[in-house]
Amino acid sequence: MTEPARVEGPWVRFWRDFSESRLALVGLALLALVVAIAILAPVISPQNPYDLAQLDVMDSKLAPGEASGTGKTYWLGTDDQGRDMLSGIFYGLRISLGVGVASTIFALAIGLVLGLVAAYFGGWVDTLVMRIVDIQLSFPAILIALVLLAVLGQGVDKIVVALVTVQWAYYARTVRSSALVERQKEYIEAARVLALGQARVVFRHLLPNCLPPLIVVATVQVAHAIALEATLSFLGLGLPITEPSLGLLISNGFQYLLSGKYWISFYPGIALLVTIMAINLVADQLRDVLNPRLRK
Amino acid sequence: MSGPPLLSVDGLRMHFFTKAGVVKAVDDVSFAVGRGRILGLVGESGSGKSMTGYSVMGLIDPPGRLVGGRIVFDGQDLTRLDAAAWRRLRGNRIAMIFQDPMMTLNPVLRIDTQIVETIRAHADVSHESALARAREALARVGIASPDERLRAYPHHFSGGMRQRVAIAIALLHHPDLIIADEPTTALDVTIQGQILFEMQKLCRETGAALIWITHDLSVIAGLADEVCVMYAGRVVESGTVAEVIERPLHPYTRGLIDSVPSRNERGRPLRQIPGMTPSLLELAPGCPFRERCSHASAACAESPAVTEPAPGRCLRCFHPVHA
Amino acid sequence: MLAYAIRRFGQSFIVLVFMSFLVFVGVYAIGNPVELLVNPQADEAERIRATAALGLDKPFLEQYWGFLVGAAKGDLGKSFVFNVPALTLILEKLPATIELAFVAMVLAISLGIPLGLVAGLKPDSFVGRGIMAGSIMGFSLPTFWVGLVLIMIFSVHLGWLPSNGRGETVLVAGIPVSFLTMDGIAHLAMPATNLALFKLSLLIRLTRAGTREAMLQDYVKFARAKGLPQRRVIGVHVLKNILIPIVTVIGLELGSVIAFAIVTESIFAWPGTGKLLIDSINQLDRPVIVAYLLVIVSLFVVINFVVDVLYSLLDPRVRLGGAAAAH
Repeated sequence: MTEPARVEGPWVRFWRDFSESRLALVGLALLALVVAIAILAPVISPQNPYDLAQLDVMDSKLAPGEASGTGKTYWLGTDDQGRDMLSGIFYGLRISLGVGVASTIFALAIGLVLGLVAAYFGGWVDTLVMRIVDIQLSFPAILIALVLLAVLGQGVDKIVVALVTVQWAYYARTVRSSALVERQKEYIEAARVLALGQARVVFRHLLPNCLPPLIVVATVQVAHAIALEATLSFLGLGLPITEPSLGLLISNGFQYLLSGKYWISFYPGIALLVTIMAINLVADQLRDVLNPRLRK
Repeated sequence: MSGPPLLSVDGLRMHFFTKAGVVKAVDDVSFAVGRGRILGLVGESGSGKSMTGYSVMGLIDPPGRLVGGRIVFDGQDLTRLDAAAWRRLRGNRIAMIFQDPMMTLNPVLRIDTQIVETIRAHADVSHESALARAREALARVGIASPDERLRAYPHHFSGGMRQRVAIAIALLHHPDLIIADEPTTALDVTIQGQILFEMQKLCRETGAALIWITHDLSVIAGLADEVCVMYAGRVVESGTVAEVIERPLHPYTRGLIDSVPSRNERGRPLRQIPGMTPSLLELAPGCPFRERCSHASAACAESPAVTEPAPGRCLRCFHPVHA
Repeated sequence: MLAYAIRRFGQSFIVLVFMSFLVFVGVYAIGNPVELLVNPQADEAERIRATAALGLDKPFLEQYWGFLVGAAKGDLGKSFVFNVPALTLILEKLPATIELAFVAMVLAISLGIPLGLVAGLKPDSFVGRGIMAGSIMGFSLPTFWVGLVLIMIFSVHLGWLPSNGRGETVLVAGIPVSFLTMDGIAHLAMPATNLALFKLSLLIRLTRAGTREAMLQDYVKFARAKGLPQRRVIGVHVLKNILIPIVTVIGLELGSVIAFAIVTESIFAWPGTGKLLIDSINQLDRPVIVAYLLVIVSLFVVINFVVDVLYSLLDPRVRLGGAAAAH
């Protein structure tokens, strides 16, 4: 995040408003850490948790810090296959964040286009799109995702499809409502009178003004997507065992929880929690900064 | 005026302690009003006139706080009362009517509920007899078929009708003092006249004192006995209505009078006071009006003290208009 | 009112038929259940016989039509796995889910509204901030993980509460319930808390925001100016106004509580419909999946209708049906 220091540009002002909340800064720092870990996982992990050659069954289900037969120390313990939990969590973060961000981008793109189209053309197009949105939003996301995954089966691509399906409607609704507000304003009318092309009016004029609420919704939705993916994987319907996200790690450790081997579930859970909290803290502050009406 | 006045406010200060700094919303305000008299409290929005009213009612919420002065009502200093005692006075011996009748009645409660609860908050009576009193109260403010009206919700009423209901509620316990905060501003002109007339009549009948808060000097001219002109949280000038309007001393009062359209000056452009009310946040010392005042001099950087240029008149200015 | 109800149910019926089609198309595409049900050593003839017995050899539209005709008679097909009517299976499990969802919702409401009121009345106090921080936590924590932590603490570490099942049940009007026995309550405590947490956080936020908004309104100032005691101002004037959005949200959330019960039931092995759904998905038991979804959708429809009626009772400005259309 580089800001031009000389003139008080919009970025400088944005940063000043954002950094007003210490909690939001903590969130941002945590988020940066989590993202860095996810990107650098192959470099910083003590072992490659999915290279079976590196695993030793002798080291299975070791408690955090417990002395191991092979002389290695596993700071967060190991799972049933002798996999280092710390490495597992680093790689799991990578998958969880990747799935969350990817599904958010696709859902945003689809929702954005449909929302703009609905707002710009109005009439039956608007009615059709919004009716679908309404019906979909009247059902809990988890139910729709579950049924979809039941139909589609497991896999990264499948879960992204499921997450996109449950998320696009939020964006469509957000974009449509802010685009409708903007559409009433004179400058859009002026752009029309100037006979600028429709695409130009939509993308150069309507779109930039819909962005602030969209950014807020997108941030919150990344957190939702990550939580939802973790939940689905926990239920055994998300990712295959070959690509374990945090949710799958937690699910994997669940069976050992009752015998007191808490770490296999607990630490991935903490990683998940920190990620979601960090995103939510950032999102809360973004909402305040980008929407002056809500500032009190 | 014989004997002590019903209400005398003396050196009242009410400040808001916000994160950005202290806002001196009411800053050394003094006035008095006797039984059966009508006092006009005039000023622009932000002059502290409403906050003065709320202070007398004990309706100041944090971050606002009374920081000084006395509010003596019928021989009792209200600032020393505890919350419960102040509550027993409110709506009983001191009543208040607000500006916007659309907002003051609770939209989800029936009219009878809102009247009966007020009666039973101060009198130990049965629901039935309270209902009977509610019916009388509505009839008194000129609402036809009160039985039917009692069972209605506020949104069934017009703005004028709602304000009548609010007035009926204020008068329920025959208060000694009524504080009316711009009660006609949100209404149509014809309704305004009716409400003004009726308020005046009801006060004369019951002998209640009335404090009428408004930004509109012309309303005060036909209604009040005395007037206090407020600016930036202070009373800048006070006296009887006739004298203040005939012979305004403070340049601000003069400006207010000049900006009222009057019949005999038709065709002449209205004069207006240049500039805006200053922000009360960390207001610099000195006369707050000096930035907008044509009479201002270097002396005005000091706060002018209250003087008594004539019996019964008060003024806070170094350069009175007529003197 | 009656016309409104009829129109409303008409619309709902169309949604229901539409949903049944979508669900049927979707579920129809899931794997081949015969593979899972027939003995792996079975020969081709046996497979064909099994396929025919399940009606899977017919064209898709014929299967759907058969399903619709059956559904109209209250027959949603037989479970492939248990060989009993799918609807019976769901209805058997439904009381457990409804009990769990109901207790969770009662917990969320009875704690959420008072806590939200306190946080809204004293937003800057220590207590107010604490409540808000808790609600933000409750929003961020994934339900299933909270469930795990609860088990970790109360079952494994402290050993106070059982981690699975319904415990001892009592028949009330022929329906088994847990909340009337001590053992049942012990079993209910963790799942209900777990399921309530998210709704609790939501209700705290909503109530707090509503309270803060309402306290600034003139009608509150006027109510105080009338000399009403604080408890009446808050308990009647403020509460009745903020209840309107709260009831709406509670209604809408009832459906999602039942959906989220899927997760909670899986963690705590609560024998309800959610667990049945997950099992059925894993076993490709199509009729049960379809029946579950249709029952849940119907439940949503009923809930939404009740919420609309409640809404009109709370807010005199809303009148159901024709009267409101004039505005």
